[in-house]
Amino acid sequence: MEKALKKSAPIFVLPTLVAFIIGFIIPFGQGLYLSFCKFTTVSNAKWVGIGNYKYAFSDPSFGRSFIFTVMFAVVSIVLINLFAFTLAVLLTQNLKGTNIFRTVFFMPNLIGGIVLGYIWQILINCLLTIIKEPLLALNSKAGYWGLIILMCWQQIGYMMIIYIAGLQNVPDSLIEAASIDGATKWQTLFKIKIPMVMSSITVCVFLTLTNSFKLFDQNLALTGGDPNHSTEMMALNIYQTFYARSGNQWKGYGQAKAVIFCVLVIFISLFQLKATRSKEVQQ
Amino acid sequence: MKNTKRLAALGMAALMSLSLLAGCGDKVETSVSETSKEANTEASAEVKEEVKVDGANGSVYYLNFKPEQDEQWKALAAEYTAQTGVEVAVVTAASGNYETTLMSEMGKSGAPTMFQVNGPVGLANWKDYCYDLKDSQVYGELTSDGFALKSDDSVLGIAYVIESYGLICNKTLLATAGYSVDDIKSFADLKKVAEDITARKDELGFAAFSSAGMDGSSDWRFKTHLANLPLYFEYQQDGIGTTTAIKGSFLDNYRNMWDLYVNNSTCEGKDLAAKTGDDSRNEFLNKEAVFFQNGSWEYGNLVGDGKFTDDDLQMIPIYVGAGDEANQGLCTGTENYWCVNKEAKAEDIQATLDFLYWVVSSERGTAAMADEMNFVIPFKNAKESSNLFVKQDREYTAAGKLPVSWNFPTMPSEEWKNGVGQALTAYAADSTDDNWSAVVDAFVNGWAAEYALLEQ
Repeated sequence: MEKALKKSAPIFVLPTLVAFIIGFIIPFGQGLYLSFCKFTTVSNAKWVGIGNYKYAFSDPSFGRSFIFTVMFAVVSIVLINLFAFTLAVLLTQNLKGTNIFRTVFFMPNLIGGIVLGYIWQILINCLLTIIKEPLLALNSKAGYWGLIILMCWQQIGYMMIIYIAGLQNVPDSLIEAASIDGATKWQTLFKIKIPMVMSSITVCVFLTLTNSFKLFDQNLALTGGDPNHSTEMMALNIYQTFYARSGNQWKGYGQAKAVIFCVLVIFISLFQLKATRSKEVQQ
Repeated sequence: MKNTKRLAALGMAALMSLSLLAGCGDKVETSVSETSKEANTEASAEVKEEVKVDGANGSVYYLNFKPEQDEQWKALAAEYTAQTGVEVAVVTAASGNYETTLMSEMGKSGAPTMFQVNGPVGLANWKDYCYDLKDSQVYGELTSDGFALKSDDSVLGIAYVIESYGLICNKTLLATAGYSVDDIKSFADLKKVAEDITARKDELGFAAFSSAGMDGSSDWRFKTHLANLPLYFEYQQDGIGTTTAIKGSFLDNYRNMWDLYVNNSTCEGKDLAAKTGDDSRNEFLNKEAVFFQNGSWEYGNLVGDGKFTDDDLQMIPIYVGAGDEANQGLCTGTENYWCVNKEAKAEDIQATLDFLYWVVSSERGTAAMADEMNFVIPFKNAKESSNLFVKQDREYTAAGKLPVSWNFPTMPSEEWKNGVGQALTAYAADSTDDNWSAVVDAFVNGWAAEYALLEQ
C-alpha cells in the first residue's frame, strides 16, 4: 500500500505544486529580483545592486516601525493566548450553553479587517470624546491600545477553537488518574492539561505571532499610522514607502524592505516553533 | 485495469493543473474589453467601412481617474466605437487607488494606452511611459500652452479639465444673518462676518463654516487646497513657479485662515480629527453652515432635488489677507493631465490620439464633456459648461479679477501633505503657538527634506 502511494504521489501532488509554483514561487523569486532594481512596473526593471537595501537599513522610520511592531506583537500574543486559553478551559467544563458561547466568541473572526478597523475607530473616537482625550489621529497611546483591543477581539475566538480541540483531546484516563492521586484542579491544569495541549499552544503562538507581524488592514483602517507614523507597523511602512512618494527609486526601496520583512518574519517564527516544540510531549 | 486507473488519475491531475492556468488567463481579457463589446456588435457593421482613420486597426484603453464621470466616459466610448469601429475600453480606478491600479495595469500585456498624471511631481513616476504629444492634433487644440505638461522639449501631458475652488457660500443663510456676498471683499470682511455669525450662533441656528474635517476623505481641502494660497502668494512675491526650498512667507495668513475655520465651525476643534468630507457636505446641505470650502466638482452634489438651486449658491475667493484682495479671483487650475502610453503598439497609439482629438474637437465629444461631465475643457472647440461655479469663475475673470493658480502640483509628495495635515489637526485640537510651529516646521523643513529625497 505504502509503495503504491509513493509511486503515484507525484500525480496527486502535481496540481497543487503547479499552483504553488505559479502563485508563490515565481512571484517570490520575482520580488526578490525586484528588490535589487529600480522600477515603475514589474516588467521593466533596471538592476541597481544593493543600493535599495542600504537605504532600507538606514531609514529610521523602518526601524521605528519595527520597534512598534515588536511592542505590539509581544503584548497581543500574550493577551490573545491567555484569554483564548482561559475561555477554552471555561467552555470545556460541560456548562449549559457552551455551544452558543463558542459561536459568539468565534464570530468577530468572520468580519474583515478593514471593516473592523473603521468600526473600532468610530467606537474608540466616541469614547475618547467622552473622556475628553485627543482623538485617535492625535493620540499614539490610544492608537496602540486600540490596535491591541481590536486584535484581541478578532483573534481570541479563533485561537479559542484550537485550544478547545486540544483540551478535548486530553485523555480522560489521565485526568481520572490524576484526580485519584489527589491532584487539585490547578495541579491538573498545570501538570496534565497544559503539557498535553502544548501542540495547540505551538500552533496558536505561531499564528498570533505571524498575524501580529504581518498586520496591515487593521492598522491602515484604525490609525493609518497617525500621528506622525508613530503607530505605523512594518507592513504599513512598506506600503507607504511604495506609494507615498513619487519617483521610481521608492518602489525598489519598498521592495527591499519587503524582502527584509519577509526574512525577519520567517526567522522569528522558526525560532518560536523550535522553542515551543521542544516543550511538547508525546501522548 | 491498473493502467487505466493510473492513466485516468494522470489525466485528472493534468486537467486540474491546466484549469488553474486557464483561470488565470481568462480574467484579464474580460475586464478590459467589457465596455466596448456591446456597442461593437450593434453598429460597427454598418459604419465601419465609411470612416477610415489611421488607427482603425488599433484599440484604446483609457484608465480613468475620476469615478464621478465613469458612466459618462463609458457611454462616450461606446458612441465612438459605434461611429468608427475602434474599440474603446474605459476602466475607472477606485477612488484613491489610481496610482496602485495604474502600476499593476501598466505591467500587463494589454496596458492602458491612455492614463493620467496629476502634474510635474506625479509625472516623475511615469515620465518613461509618456508619448511625446508635441506633433499630435490634440495638442494643437489647446487654448494655451500653459495647459501642457512639458519636460525639456517634449509635451508629455495635456490638461483636460479646468477646475475652480473657493468658499461655496449659501446666500440665503447669509442674508438671514444680514449680509450679502458683496459685503465680503477681503479677509477682514470675511472674519467680521464669520465672527458675527458665531457670536449669534444660538439665535441664528447655524455656524459660519462647515466642519474642516481632517479625516482622510476631507483633509486634502486644507493640507493641499488651502495650503495652495500661501504657496501661491510666495511664488508670486518671489516671481517663481516652483522651488525646492519654500520660505513660508505667508504662513501667518494660513494660520489666520485656519483659525477662522476652526473657531467659527459647526463643531469643536478637537473633534475635527474624525470629521469626514461627507460630514462637512451634509452640514452645508442641512443649512447648518454658511460657508463650505470646496470646488466646482461638488456642484452635482449640492444642486438637485431637495438640495440647493443655483440661486442659493455663490463661490467666493478664499481671502487670506495677502496680495491684492480687491482683484483676487477663485483658485482655478488643473491637476489632471492626459498621457499616452509610449509602450503601446503603434496602431493603438494612433487610435488613442484619434480618439482624443475626437473627444476635444467633435460636437458630440465636447458636448459630452461640458453637459454630461460638467467639465470646462481648455480646448478651442469647448462647449460652455452648465456648472454654476464655472460660470461664476468666468464672471470673476471677466470682471478683471486674477485667478489664483494651482501650485499644489509642485508639492513634493503625499508624505509632505500628510505631515502638514497631521500638524494642522494637532493645532486644531489645541491651538497653541508650539503646535503652530510644528505646522511651520512640517511646511518649510518638510518641503526641503522631501525635495531632497525626490532628487536622490
